[in-house]
Amino acid sequence: MGFRVGQGLIERFTKDTARFKDELDIMKFICKDFWTTVFKKQIDNLRTNHQGIYVLQDNKFRLLTQMSAGKQYLEHAPKYLAFTCGLIRGGLSNLGIKSIVTAEVSSMPACKFQVMIQKM
Amino acid sequence: TVHTSLDVVDEKISAMGKALVDQRELYLGLLYPTEDYKVYGYVTNSKVKFVMVVDSSNTALRDNEIRSMFRKLHNSYTDIMCNPFYNPGDRIHSRAFDTMVNSMMMQVC
Repeated sequence: MGFRVGQGLIERFTKDTARFKDELDIMKFICKDFWTTVFKKQIDNLRTNHQGIYVLQDNKFRLLTQMSAGKQYLEHAPKYLAFTCGLIRGGLSNLGIKSIVTAEVSSMPACKFQVMIQKM
Repeated sequence: TVHTSLDVVDEKISAMGKALVDQRELYLGLLYPTEDYKVYGYVTNSKVKFVMVVDSSNTALRDNEIRSMFRKLHNSYTDIMCNPFYNPGDRIHSRAFDTMVNSMMMQVC
């Protein structure tokens, strides 16, 4: 879900940008430009182990801010992240990177996306 | 001609990754001239390659014009990609795209 949307969006956003140097360059683009256009804010924290795993942390994720911040809906929250996972995956695949994206929510408006790059 | 030019495209891109950091434009410029044709290339960030073959005798086309033609081509390709009913990789059946390409051809001929 969201895969095709991600592809389309990335196609449009990267139309006027220079060619990317490497993987990290692409991830930075996703965290800054892509995230700003879609969610009106940047990713708060990007971490990587330089072996193909990136963790994107958003402390105030747009799709979760409308829900109560307590523990009440914690178990339902991941459903709202599935689309975004697809979005990231589709975007990356259009830029030539195959990946697996998973999301987790530990406390309410914050969430983490883990991106695992699949080497071809 | 088109197929050999794809090799040149690959060469240019891999060379670009190493040395020329600031010169990372989507437009690749003249790939190579032959006796009858000139071949120009353009690669998008999503690794889609556009190749344009121009008659050598057509001197009216400057580098800048080719660049803006590629721009236009890329713009309408983007529109197609954003069409939810189009599956990436399929053949393009789009009236808007066809008319755009045709009008571009009319302009230069």
